[in-house]
Amino acid sequence: MSNQALTEAVYYILLSLVKPLHGYGIMQNVEQLSNGRVKLAAGTLYGAINTLLEKGWIVALAEEKESRKKEYVITDLGKQMLRCEIVRLKELIENGNHILEEEA
Amino acid sequence: MRKVVHKLFWMWDFDKEEKWLNEMAAKGLALISVGYFRYEFEDCVPGEYKICSEFLGNRFSGVESAKYIEFLEETGAEHVGTFSNWVYFRKKTSEESFQLFSDYSSRIQYLTRIIRFIALLGGLNLYMGCFNLFLFFYHNLYGNLIGTINLLIGAICMIGMTRLIRKRKKLKTEQQIFE
Repeated sequence: MSNQALTEAVYYILLSLVKPLHGYGIMQNVEQLSNGRVKLAAGTLYGAINTLLEKGWIVALAEEKESRKKEYVITDLGKQMLRCEIVRLKELIENGNHILEEEA
Repeated sequence: MRKVVHKLFWMWDFDKEEKWLNEMAAKGLALISVGYFRYEFEDCVPGEYKICSEFLGNRFSGVESAKYIEFLEETGAEHVGTFSNWVYFRKKTSEESFQLFSDYSSRIQYLTRIIRFIALLGGLNLYMGCFNLFLFFYHNLYGNLIGTINLLIGAICMIGMTRLIRKRKKLKTEQQIFE
């Protein structure tokens, strides 16, 4: 089940939601985390948020009175998926480094 | 100063429409409202705005589309207008590059949304066309006329759909290598 790779967008969205954030906050955080490399578009983010909500990897927090913006936060299941992905990414990097160093 | 332009685009030429709207914005005419083949512009600083449009599809229902528009407004996009199943946004370009989809999977999903709609529209017209021409109104001038129009619309939809499917296939090939 967890052998599947996460997309870059999903990976960074989940990572951003370790702390509660609203949609625009996620976009800004992802851009900052990736040093401006990953610019999530709003339509893509909206679709990803809805899918992650359906899967139960994130939840929406009750809306605060002063701001109408909806905030989201990662669930335990979401964190589990992130850890699995990190193991997978480590494997990719180790194999890559190992084989290319042997070559050199 | 406001300026109204009437222009017709095929549904599958949505990217041509978007390109044209952005060319207008680059010339100093920013989209301010949309209607039946009608685009209204207001003066702006040339290149000040970037325009994006989107086909809402299943999100068409009032609540769903309002939720989506609100989400986009939170990200700093300005809702220019909604016409039929299409929604138009604009954003000041100084902030950042503005687009609605940033990866292959969401672009492919979006194309699928449009393809499904055209398939339904085209399919229904082909079905009604055959029904009118060969069954219901056989040898009836009025029925034959309607039936022919149905078949024509159906055929045009199929041509448009084929184009979008080809476009989607290209994206899917890219997706096998890149994200």
